[in-house]
Amino acid sequence: MALFARTPRAPLEYTRTLWMRAWVGAVMVFLYAPLLVLMIFSFNDSKRNVVWRGFTTKYYEKALNNDTLVEALLNSLTIAALATLASLVIGSMAAIMLWRFRFPWKGAVDGTISLPIIVPEICLGVAMLIFFAWIEWPNNLIWPLNLGAITIAHITFCFPFVTMVVRSRLASFNKEEEEAAKDLGASDWQAFKDVLLPHMRPSLVAGALLAFTLSLDDFVITFFTSGPDTITFPVKVYSMVRFSVTPEVNAASTILIVLTVVLTAVALRLQGKNIAVSH
Amino acid sequence: MAEQDWKSDKKAFWVVSAPPLAWTLLFFIVPMSFVWLYSFGSNIGLTDIEISGTLDNYKRATDWLYLEIFLKSFGVAALVTAICLVVGFPVAMALTFVSEKWRPWLLLGIMLPFWTNLLIRTYALMIMLGTQGYANRTLGWFWESASWAKTLVGLQPLPTWEPVQLLYNNFAVVIGLVYVHLPFMVLPLYSALDRLDKSLIEASLDLGAGHLRTLLKVVVPLAMPGVIAGVMITLIPALGAYLTPDLMGGTESQMIANVIERQFKRANDWPFGAALSFLLIYAMFILIALQSLRKKNAGETR
Repeated sequence: MALFARTPRAPLEYTRTLWMRAWVGAVMVFLYAPLLVLMIFSFNDSKRNVVWRGFTTKYYEKALNNDTLVEALLNSLTIAALATLASLVIGSMAAIMLWRFRFPWKGAVDGTISLPIIVPEICLGVAMLIFFAWIEWPNNLIWPLNLGAITIAHITFCFPFVTMVVRSRLASFNKEEEEAAKDLGASDWQAFKDVLLPHMRPSLVAGALLAFTLSLDDFVITFFTSGPDTITFPVKVYSMVRFSVTPEVNAASTILIVLTVVLTAVALRLQGKNIAVSH
Repeated sequence: MAEQDWKSDKKAFWVVSAPPLAWTLLFFIVPMSFVWLYSFGSNIGLTDIEISGTLDNYKRATDWLYLEIFLKSFGVAALVTAICLVVGFPVAMALTFVSEKWRPWLLLGIMLPFWTNLLIRTYALMIMLGTQGYANRTLGWFWESASWAKTLVGLQPLPTWEPVQLLYNNFAVVIGLVYVHLPFMVLPLYSALDRLDKSLIEASLDLGAGHLRTLLKVVVPLAMPGVIAGVMITLIPALGAYLTPDLMGGTESQMIANVIERQFKRANDWPFGAALSFLLIYAMFILIALQSLRKKNAGETR
């Protein structure tokens, strides 16, 4: 993308105009500058965040030796993994139900299933608080059972996203393939496993990625659902940001950003391969 | 091919339907119904709530104090959406017209912050906007340069730079919300623009319209479904935002979600909090109804 192009610009090559490049560049700076500054200053040898005093990794050591922080991160990853698995199963089932069958009240069911996407987080959080208080959910269970309430809440808001993604993929499925499989003697289960499931796979990867990120990201609903002793990474970072800004937060955040980027790269790779194989 | 009637394969239908239906009923409908019922209740004692069918909570919610917060939240969300639209539209156009080779990278560039933890992004922005942060330093540098330029032409230098308060006020809340919601706006705009028939733009240019006129009279109207989708998908979460006003706002930048949180955590007035929650949900429903009404009208005129 040479800034000064030699060939004349075609009318629709808007991306080669200077103002467009400047605009996109400015947006990128706006999006990335804060994150880069945070990552760079996690190596800064200073209590105050903004003046560079030399390179150090001591805040990483501190963050990794901070037991509650590590526990919070482990809790978050556990919840995200469980919620992703369950959302994937429930979400795909809902997608298949809405795609394949005609049944009474279908519009209402469809609307209700996608409602958690629209309802504000704060309202869902409040609902979960009241619900778990009402059924007197015990909050002194041993790990990982003490994460049950949070995991349930996360599945509730994650699976509609999986449904949305899987359903749009199913729309491109040629039902004749499945009929052919059945004509050739496949059982319902075999036809599902060997024909429909491979077709769904890219959307399952995308859905899993979406559910995992949403779960890992959630603060508000977790804030209302967690008991006094269960803490997740966002909740921990919140209290650190709120009450004692230390460079440890920078270090912990950097670890999570790097983790996100790596996971995204792996998922994109996998998805690319899947698409390559299925073609 | 047409959908299959559920009666023709009841077993398969129930196998795939029972888990999602049961989950939605038990862990979404039931909790939401509790909130709804509580909104008609009142506190008796410290922990007990009696659901008495009273409308007092709703009456209290229409106090000017709360109505003002509601209106303000709506104003902030609308402003954030407008800024996202103006900032995001050129980005979506760049995504549409960029070469095949660069498109995935540009798309990834927009999506990556979206996959980063919201709290971390908010915190990173807070570092930038602090009195010692880089936003203030950049402004200071411009100020110094302007001052220097003035002395160069023989004028009095500007007074020394005082850091401006960029954090803990309404400005910070708006910037913070734009920062976290921008990808929500760019993606629907991009998917609408991508479907657009590019020969129409060429035709408009050939027939003598300038680029700006083509943009306003051809591209924007054709991208309208994407604009509306982007507006909805940005406006709704911005209206219910909790974290950004809580961390980046001052005492006067409370939004409706912060008031709801306070009823539940500090004020311990669950029925009133429940009523406010449901008012927020009703506001969402009205927005969505307006949108689908518009869609219907657009369909009829065609």
